[in-house]
Amino acid sequence: MTPAGKPESLRDAYGQTLVELGDRDPHLAVFDADLSGSTRTAMFGQKFPDRFYNVGVMEPTMMSMAAGMSLGGRTVFASTFAVFAAGQAYNFVRQSICYNRANVKIVATHGGLLVGGDGGTHQIVEDIGLMRGLPGMTVIVPADAPTTRSATRAVAEREGPAYVRLTRENLPTVTDGTFVIGKANELAAGTDLTIVAVGAMVARGLEVAEELRRVGVSVRVLDLASVKPFDEPALLRAARDTGAILVLEEHSVLTGVGALVASTTSENYPVPVRRIGMPDLFGESGEPWALLDRYGMSTERIREEAWELLRMRGKVQ
Amino acid sequence: MGEEIPAGRLATLESNAREIRRDIIRMTYAAGSGHPGGSLSVTDLLTALIFHELNIDPAHPEAPERDRLVLSKGHAAPALYAALSLRGYFPREELVTLRQLGSRLQGHVDRHTLPCVEASTGCLGQGTGMAVGMALDARLAHRPSRVYAVLGDGECQAGATWEALMAGGHYHLSNLTVLLDRNGLETDGSTEALMGIEPIADKFRAFRYHTIEIDGHSFPEILNALDEARRTKDEPTAIVARTVKGKGVSFMEGKHAWHGKAPNRAEAEKALAELGGTLEASTP
Repeated sequence: MTPAGKPESLRDAYGQTLVELGDRDPHLAVFDADLSGSTRTAMFGQKFPDRFYNVGVMEPTMMSMAAGMSLGGRTVFASTFAVFAAGQAYNFVRQSICYNRANVKIVATHGGLLVGGDGGTHQIVEDIGLMRGLPGMTVIVPADAPTTRSATRAVAEREGPAYVRLTRENLPTVTDGTFVIGKANELAAGTDLTIVAVGAMVARGLEVAEELRRVGVSVRVLDLASVKPFDEPALLRAARDTGAILVLEEHSVLTGVGALVASTTSENYPVPVRRIGMPDLFGESGEPWALLDRYGMSTERIREEAWELLRMRGKVQ
Repeated sequence: MGEEIPAGRLATLESNAREIRRDIIRMTYAAGSGHPGGSLSVTDLLTALIFHELNIDPAHPEAPERDRLVLSKGHAAPALYAALSLRGYFPREELVTLRQLGSRLQGHVDRHTLPCVEASTGCLGQGTGMAVGMALDARLAHRPSRVYAVLGDGECQAGATWEALMAGGHYHLSNLTVLLDRNGLETDGSTEALMGIEPIADKFRAFRYHTIEIDGHSFPEILNALDEARRTKDEPTAIVARTVKGKGVSFMEGKHAWHGKAPNRAEAEKALAELGGTLEASTP
């Protein structure tokens, strides 16, 4: 297991990688919608002002402009908060980008509840579901800064639309940055139970897995950063090997990774699956990590559900 | 004003437009659905672009330097298909496959299936944004390509249209020309009764467009406006083309009911008689 490292900004990692990509590809262009300081695209804008377009508050049309620009052969990145990228602009992402198979990489920051103080209007917990439902869309949810770096490079290299969801909060480093689109990252080996997690919840999953390991329970932890395409073989292997799966996401359980894991296992290798994530509710203002606890994504809850699954499988009394 | 346009050139455009109108009727009749009204109103604009103004070549549909046409009012697909086919981009026999399963002629235009369709559109309010992106791309790449976006007037009720227009003006995209098919009618009735867009020319001016108002069925006026757009520096051009919905078919003209309804056999035959043709496709 990789020990959790010091919390680091995923957004900084994105901004730095964007500059690196801009150095390498003189045609790469970047769009932002008046949030370039927050999304960190300003770093690119400072270095390459001639191919940086800060279009103001017009997220839907930013998606159309980015699509139009990419159709001439460029790789184009477009960034804003997730609620605007996936929510406000949904049908523009759908038609201008996905239906056109435009080579646009949407890197959306401020996904999920961890937006904190801005409150429920800005805490989108539906974006993974919306984006993974789009034909041809690649969907990535990095758990830490190193994965953000490698995922940003990976989507730039892969032709076609992509959505990368970043978290506002700094997150502890839990991976060595190994990331391949379509592959799950096994962060802990185990045979009694599998925890599948994305984004900020990966660190919480690892924490509980480590606790359980100390009392003799062997928990496999899969980082499913590549949500679409996702690593179906690794998931079914986990179902076969461990017999139960606990899914952790900072996203609605209705349409997110939990729904994906439950439907995939039930069709191919049914095992008990529990989904920890946002219930069918909007969030509210609050300290970011306290919000996760409040809405049922606490470490305690993960621990309880893990024991429940272990009991259900007869692995503990 | 622009140069004198040779009479022969005008006659050819008129005759092409008539053939395209006949094809629109044949296609929508064969499909049993589609949008004849807005296809007939935009026919002369598309004819002028595809047979006169655009730097395009059916033999080299992917040439990087080509001009780009974005049909933002993607429901006028029959008009674009008929024009592209007549220009030699694909066989005319294919026109009657409109909206059929397996056809390249999708109900709303799809850039993957046919050459010279530069952007897939249909959901309104997105084409202008894509055109702005293309114009930015051409400018950044120092390509001479010009970009033409053809809008419907119902689409001018969509906020995103104005976002995109604002961006075109802000970036001084002189390589962008926006043509508005101002037929005054949308699905449920007149634009001014539903959600008024007037004074539309003033709005374009306020959004920093060199704005020209023309009769959208007069080829001399269309050609002169396009010529003026090409010569305009430092700002994009908007051409407000006053048109008639259903133009060329007496019983469709000015009737919003023909926005999204196909003619039956009797109606198609009547329309084609007025347009000097029959249900069987003629050879150009």
